[in-house]
Amino acid sequence: MKKLLFALSLLLSSQTHAALNVFACEPEWAALTQELAGDKASVYTATGPLQDPHRVEARPSLIAKARRADLVVCTGAELEVAWLPVVLRESGNAALVPGSAGYLEVAQFVKMLEVPTRLDRGDGDVHAGGNPHIQTDPRNFLPIADALSKRLAQLDTSNATYYQQRLAAFDQQWRAAIAKWEAQAAPLKGVQIVVQHKGFPYLSDWLELIEVTALEPKPGMEPSAAHLSQVLNTLQKQPAKMVVRAAYQNARPSEWIADRAHIAAVELPYTVGGSDKAKDLYGLFDDTIAKLLTGSK
Amino acid sequence: MRKQISTRAAIAALLFQSATAMASSVPTDNAFNPAFSLILSGLYGQLQQTPSAATGFAMAPAPGHEQGFNLGESEMGISASIDPQFRGAATLALDPAGGVSVENAFVQTTALGDGMNLKFGRFFSGLGYLNEQHAHAWDFVDQPLVYATLWENQLSEDGVQFKWLAPTDTFIELGAEMGKGRGFPGTERVKNGSGAGVFFAHIGDDIGIEHSWRVGASLHQTQRVDAESTDVPDLAGNAVTNLFTGDSQTSGLDFVWKYSPNGNVRNSYVKFQAEYFRRKETGDLTYDTADAGANVSDTFSNTQSGFYVQSVYQFMPRWRVGARYDRLDSGIAQVGALNAGNVISNYAYTPTRTTLMLDYSPSEFSRLRAQFANDQSRQGLKDNQFFVQYIMSLGAHGAHSY
Repeated sequence: MKKLLFALSLLLSSQTHAALNVFACEPEWAALTQELAGDKASVYTATGPLQDPHRVEARPSLIAKARRADLVVCTGAELEVAWLPVVLRESGNAALVPGSAGYLEVAQFVKMLEVPTRLDRGDGDVHAGGNPHIQTDPRNFLPIADALSKRLAQLDTSNATYYQQRLAAFDQQWRAAIAKWEAQAAPLKGVQIVVQHKGFPYLSDWLELIEVTALEPKPGMEPSAAHLSQVLNTLQKQPAKMVVRAAYQNARPSEWIADRAHIAAVELPYTVGGSDKAKDLYGLFDDTIAKLLTGSK
Repeated sequence: MRKQISTRAAIAALLFQSATAMASSVPTDNAFNPAFSLILSGLYGQLQQTPSAATGFAMAPAPGHEQGFNLGESEMGISASIDPQFRGAATLALDPAGGVSVENAFVQTTALGDGMNLKFGRFFSGLGYLNEQHAHAWDFVDQPLVYATLWENQLSEDGVQFKWLAPTDTFIELGAEMGKGRGFPGTERVKNGSGAGVFFAHIGDDIGIEHSWRVGASLHQTQRVDAESTDVPDLAGNAVTNLFTGDSQTSGLDFVWKYSPNGNVRNSYVKFQAEYFRRKETGDLTYDTADAGANVSDTFSNTQSGFYVQSVYQFMPRWRVGARYDRLDSGIAQVGALNAGNVISNYAYTPTRTTLMLDYSPSEFSRLRAQFANDQSRQGLKDNQFFVQYIMSLGAHGAHSY
């Protein structure tokens, strides 16, 4: 009995230790939440940097974590459509019902790119709301941080001032970092690249990279041998400096092209934890720019 | 006058503005359309034997296979939030021979909170691991033998399901169902109260980011009333029709383990699963109920069981192989004295089946599959079965459960 009581008290104390339990769908939002909430929140990350966030399973562990969360922070724009609805439904957590204060889709706060003009699965796995890989442009983090901070304050009013201070500090530091990255990335302007998955429009938009073509014939479809040789043809007419992929993507198609077209294959961290150096949000972009600069040489 | 004109112009401009604003978000009836999906599937079957029940399981239904080309089950799914409290979902199965049957039609609460979920209507029972999965999500063309014989592929119930998820880091879920008892082994009948009940518990978690698992236990109980089984072999070597009335109690264990390098299921993964069910039936059996039949009634009880183990391996994106082993135990029945000379109590045969599968998924929405099975579920009727199948999904692509 004593043991049981001890276990129960442990359970309750772990629940009340941090003010807010946050369930972040992707590592970048977990990192941002941690920046903005410090020790006022305990953050759980639902997907790892080497997992394709489109294709995660609604595992029992995710459902159990969502059960106790006060806030779920996700990209939205249908990125998590294959697993999040089941996780939220099965969790039986009324606080996380889409539309309530505990549910935050951050894609709504940024300008979406590649919003399809027609919706047809013949075009591959397109997202009606636009390309969901918004985390590759650091400028997107500013409005998202603002919205996330307000949401934290709304859910945890007693620490509202604290969240406000952390937001102000983050905002200032982040703007300075963007200026630094833009200066470093100046030589990348107008550089032609090939992407494996159409996952970099925001990065290209920010750094003014030019995407020549993609290895996936249609979004979400594995690159086929026939399509890869087509890409090779395109590259002969329109040479690119490098082929870019996210850390979670299969390396083979990129390397196949890189070998034959004699260009660099660059694996970008894509999210926090996606490479050894991408330990936090700052490291993510430090490393992204460094890798692109190396690839463009 | 001039002022009037300018006001009119202003109004016109306003109207025009609101008209253009509306053009981008016209509130039509269409806007609230539910998610709609359609699964198209079809099958080619090459069998050496005509389908029939496994030896020793003639008192259970035998949802066998069809030979040649046949349209599999096409299913149409519709789901949407009803209001802030409820969500509704229906799956209609389109029968190849024509006609539509209601596979699922249920309402689910969305805002009970505290880990509680209530579901009512017609739904697949939450027992076992495979029972809740729709045919398009199966890893093989058919269900394991133990599901085919003990649950007529899947237990579907008209009733109420209550689930509670514990507020713990480890996934611990408890569930209870009460229903009409329409799905086998229940017998549909007109009466007040509940005809069948189910309890289940699931525990699951991750080990690192690469491994995940879930174990479960379930219990099903129903009363069978005048359950008729035809073509049951008897000791004299005839095929007769019997009636059974009594209690049916089934317990089950299920286990799933999945492994994926770096947790990246898109590239490759291994899934291993096993389930065991054991059913005890106690009651009265009426032997040979045909018009000119013997019509002898006496006590009858039997315990039957079965299990399967299977594994699916996605060795590269889009390609998977799978293997499954099935086994049944028809038990040794306790037959009352009056029927001791009529009813077979011990078939002394162990039905087994070994199945291999290869499938290819050009995208998330399409799958092509080939399957080979060495079926020894019927004594003296060894069957090498070969299948080719397609499964295509159109429209809304709902999320899959674990």
